Amino acid sequence: MPVSYFLVLSSLLFSIGIYGVLARENAVLVLLSIELMLNAVNINLVAFAALFKQSGIPGQVFALFVIAVAAAEVGIGLAIVILIFRNRQDVDLDEMSLMKW
Amino acid sequence: MSGFELAAAVTTKRGFVIDFMWLVPLLPFLAFFTILFFGKKMRSRGHSVGIFAVGAGLLISLIGFAELASGYAQVQRSWTWFRISTVHLQFGMNYDFLTALMFVVVTTVSLLVQIYSTGYMNDDSRYTWFYAALSLFTASMLFLVIANNLLQMLVGWEGVGVCSYFLIGHYWEEKENSSAAIKAFITTRVGDVGFMFGIFALFFAGHTFNIIRLNHEAQTGQLHGSLLTVAALLLFCGAAGKSAQFPLHVWLPDAMAGPTPVSALIHAATMVVAGVYLVARMFLVFTHAGAALNVVAIIASITMLGAALLALVQDDIKRVLAYSTISQLAYMMAALGVGAYTAAIFHLFTHAFFKALLFLGAGSLIHSVHSNDMADMGGLRKYMPHTFRTFIIGSLALGGIFPLAGFFSKDEILGEALRSANSGTAATAWVVFIAGIITAFLTALYMTRVCIKTFWGEYRGHGHPHESPGSMVTPLWVLAILTMTVGLLGFPVIGPFKEWINVPGQESPGFSAFYNVILPVVSVGLAGAAIWLGYMLFYKKRWQVDILAGPFAWMYRLLVNKYYMDDLYTKGIVKPVQYTFSKAAYWTNQNVLDGAINGIAAGTIATANFTYDELDQKVVDYAVNGAAGLTGASGGLLRYIQGGNVQRYAAVLFASIAIFIGLFALTSIVHI
Repeated sequence: MPVSYFLVLSSLLFSIGIYGVLARENAVLVLLSIELMLNAVNINLVAFAALFKQSGIPGQVFALFVIAVAAAEVGIGLAIVILIFRNRQDVDLDEMSLMKW
Repeated sequence: MSGFELAAAVTTKRGFVIDFMWLVPLLPFLAFFTILFFGKKMRSRGHSVGIFAVGAGLLISLIGFAELASGYAQVQRSWTWFRISTVHLQFGMNYDFLTALMFVVVTTVSLLVQIYSTGYMNDDSRYTWFYAALSLFTASMLFLVIANNLLQMLVGWEGVGVCSYFLIGHYWEEKENSSAAIKAFITTRVGDVGFMFGIFALFFAGHTFNIIRLNHEAQTGQLHGSLLTVAALLLFCGAAGKSAQFPLHVWLPDAMAGPTPVSALIHAATMVVAGVYLVARMFLVFTHAGAALNVVAIIASITMLGAALLALVQDDIKRVLAYSTISQLAYMMAALGVGAYTAAIFHLFTHAFFKALLFLGAGSLIHSVHSNDMADMGGLRKYMPHTFRTFIIGSLALGGIFPLAGFFSKDEILGEALRSANSGTAATAWVVFIAGIITAFLTALYMTRVCIKTFWGEYRGHGHPHESPGSMVTPLWVLAILTMTVGLLGFPVIGPFKEWINVPGQESPGFSAFYNVILPVVSVGLAGAAIWLGYMLFYKKRWQVDILAGPFAWMYRLLVNKYYMDDLYTKGIVKPVQYTFSKAAYWTNQNVLDGAINGIAAGTIATANFTYDELDQKVVDYAVNGAAGLTGASGGLLRYIQGGNVQRYAAVLFASIAIFIGLFALTSIVHI
């Protein structure tokens, strides 16, 4: 199986993720889109690790590392989203423009 | 050099308290600051501190004296104060019998005066300051007395001077009193100039300020010739100023402007006896200085007679006592002048007690009748029995009646004068002896006049006189008892005083073993005659002559005008200085000095204006404002970027990355 299949899949996932991050208004969906982007990266890492078998398994290790960090990140992110929801009864990112001049 | 060893070699036993005698001046000095800073907050308004300090000083002085008398070594100590190239200026202590005696006198009188003042000054608005100044006054005098070198002595000397200025001018609200303070300060200062030049001359000749060494050098002949004579005469200038000797005596009667306890302190223990003390301290310098002692004797003879005559016509009770002090100080000076060192110190010692007694008694009278003028007194023996009795004791002592203190000391002086006159050792001794005899007569006469005018006859004042409170009467009785007893210390032949105060440079005891029995009989007879004459003149009013128009009118006018000395000083010195020198100084000040100062000021203002307009407003402010404006403008532009929308930030982020990747890819392709 050529490696380009994986790269195409990964690129598609990443692009969907970017679209989700930039275009969705719901903060939860933005977080989910970020997960998509991270997983696209994971696919890349694993694919290249399979391609370059002779250099060991750093790709897989990094993929596991990214999964762990992503779990932590989404935990914090959801906590923030819950807090925002409690304060504003809303998680619309367009309305959250308080951090400006 | 050998002077130290000489003194130390006499006895080698070291005392216990005697090493710590520097505490005695230090305690009142510390009391001065304590009273000054904390006095007003105390319940006693500060007097307890002053009394405690000087009381402790008296105790230490008495123990020190007892140690000396029981044969412990005298103490010579010195510490380097500062250095000027090779000259070490030192301060130190010199504790011998003369110092010990002065310590006892000064602390005793100061203690009694301070206790007395709690009553006398009770209503005073500057009570606390008064006690602070008294403490400093006492400390200065003790510092002067303990000094082992002339410079240190000068420090105490000037300290005493400035404190007397404070205290004489205590009631400064009246112009007359502050003028009297200034007069006292400036007149003594005239003498001080001489004193300072005397110190310089002695240092120039002997290369030291140390008193013992200077005396030693004078004795061994290392200091000699006209320089020594000049130095001694210059020192005597200072002594004459401080001890109110002719012609610098004019300040002392005016010093009566101060509160009466201060007069007692000035006249009895501090200030005026400093001059006598100086001559006694430098006695070997004087005895080896050619004619210097003769000058001392002649000046003192003039002073004692002149002042005693003036005391006869004064109506102010304190002024009578002031002239009496001048006259008695002249007695001490005259005694030193004929070499009767021990007799002079003995008279200083006894005079301190009975003159303090008389002044405090006069203060008690003034406190009671609210007037200094004897015309407002009279008949007071009925109203003030304690003051009356003690004042009479003091008067009899001053008059030289057996067996009170003044009798012994005055007789010693006359006896010594007669002895040197007979032996021909001093040409001036006859002058001193005759002046002394006449002065003794006059003294008894004017004291009789004072007593009759104040205590006998009818009360002529206003209000009701009353006896003073216990705080004032107790010191009077203490002094009266001392007046009756201290004379016995110098009892002819058996008194211990001559063992203590030896003539410097001689091994012989202070008083001659030979005692003339006729002389005291004559002198007491003279005093008795004077009292009888005073009784007839002032009580029985016999032999009245019109003093304003009669044959003695010229003499009366001369005395009332104080020999025209004040007029001479006013017209001869003060006015010319005021109208020529002062005017010239004023012109110089107005035109030269003020011109220079105004010019400098105008220049400064012009420079400052230029700096403000050109430099500060245009350059500095422009730079500062420009920097601020630039920051503001760039901030205004940049803030639009920060819109607060997270997704827009993310878009910028991804766009930037895309651009970078694009650039990277492009360069890679080109590279390939």
